[in-house]
Amino acid sequence: MVSSLRATRYQYLSPRQEKLSADRERDLLMTENISALVGGSLIGLASLLMLLFNGKILGVSGIAGGLFQKHSKETLWRSFFLIGLLAGGGVLTLILPSAFSFSLDRSVGALVLAGLLVGYGTRLGNGCTSGHGICGVSRLSPRSLMATLTFMALGAIVVFFINHVLGGRI
Amino acid sequence: MKNAVVSLVCGLLFALGLGISGMTQPARVTAFLDFTGNWDPSLLFVMIGAISVYAVGYRWVVKKPKPLFSGNFSIPPLRKVDRPLALGSAIFGAGWGLAGFCPGPALTSLASFQFQPLVFVAAMLFGMGLFEWTQGRRRKS
Repeated sequence: MVSSLRATRYQYLSPRQEKLSADRERDLLMTENISALVGGSLIGLASLLMLLFNGKILGVSGIAGGLFQKHSKETLWRSFFLIGLLAGGGVLTLILPSAFSFSLDRSVGALVLAGLLVGYGTRLGNGCTSGHGICGVSRLSPRSLMATLTFMALGAIVVFFINHVLGGRI
Repeated sequence: MKNAVVSLVCGLLFALGLGISGMTQPARVTAFLDFTGNWDPSLLFVMIGAISVYAVGYRWVVKKPKPLFSGNFSIPPLRKVDRPLALGSAIFGAGWGLAGFCPGPALTSLASFQFQPLVFVAAMLFGMGLFEWTQGRRRKS
């Protein structure tokens, strides 16, 4: 009885539901793209305010890595930027907790290796996604264009290997 | 002190932008880098949004004689591509693909007190410290 009811319901709703879910999926993708554009503009605005008021390039790796330089006059503003990032993260945990889902299948070893590579590499290459990818590309710096193409290419190769050779986990 | 307050506000806005755009979720970043798989264009839209605002604003800001709260602009000169830049960016890219984190989103994610960003950031700071240490030794020798 129950199963036949379910079957009727399913048959009755099936074509519509399929259409609905396709529409919903499209809406969801659209929302994601718009959020990305809005969030990206906010990132650009933050970087611009840093330049307008403090005259500094907003590069997260340079700011964080610069804190390891002893006796620097830059320590105060750098520290406050990082406090701001953490405060922003705190606000996100309240208003948008889904922003912090870590759904990749990564071992502790992979995370440690990734962190070391990102920390050392960004300092050696003088920048990361913010300093090179946004600020540098915006002013068409040849170094930043080269850096951005390089880290995107290497990122794509590593992701290809993990997703399509190792089956998505490492 | 005014500079510090500006930095704080910029950090806050930057983190909100990262969260809203989905970039604090490493799976969204690796999905962007997975060009042969189920591609997620979000990161491209983030770049378009950020670069449009900054590229237009930059041209206006640098025409000013000086920044509002500082004596001068500290903008790196347009130098040539060299080996450390290419090598460093390649190393960074490999790590970025491996965990889906770059420095900004990783530091922002510390606020969620999750295990993965904590491990990643600890290793990242160690890598940054290691770089400063090796540079210091090179300068001395």
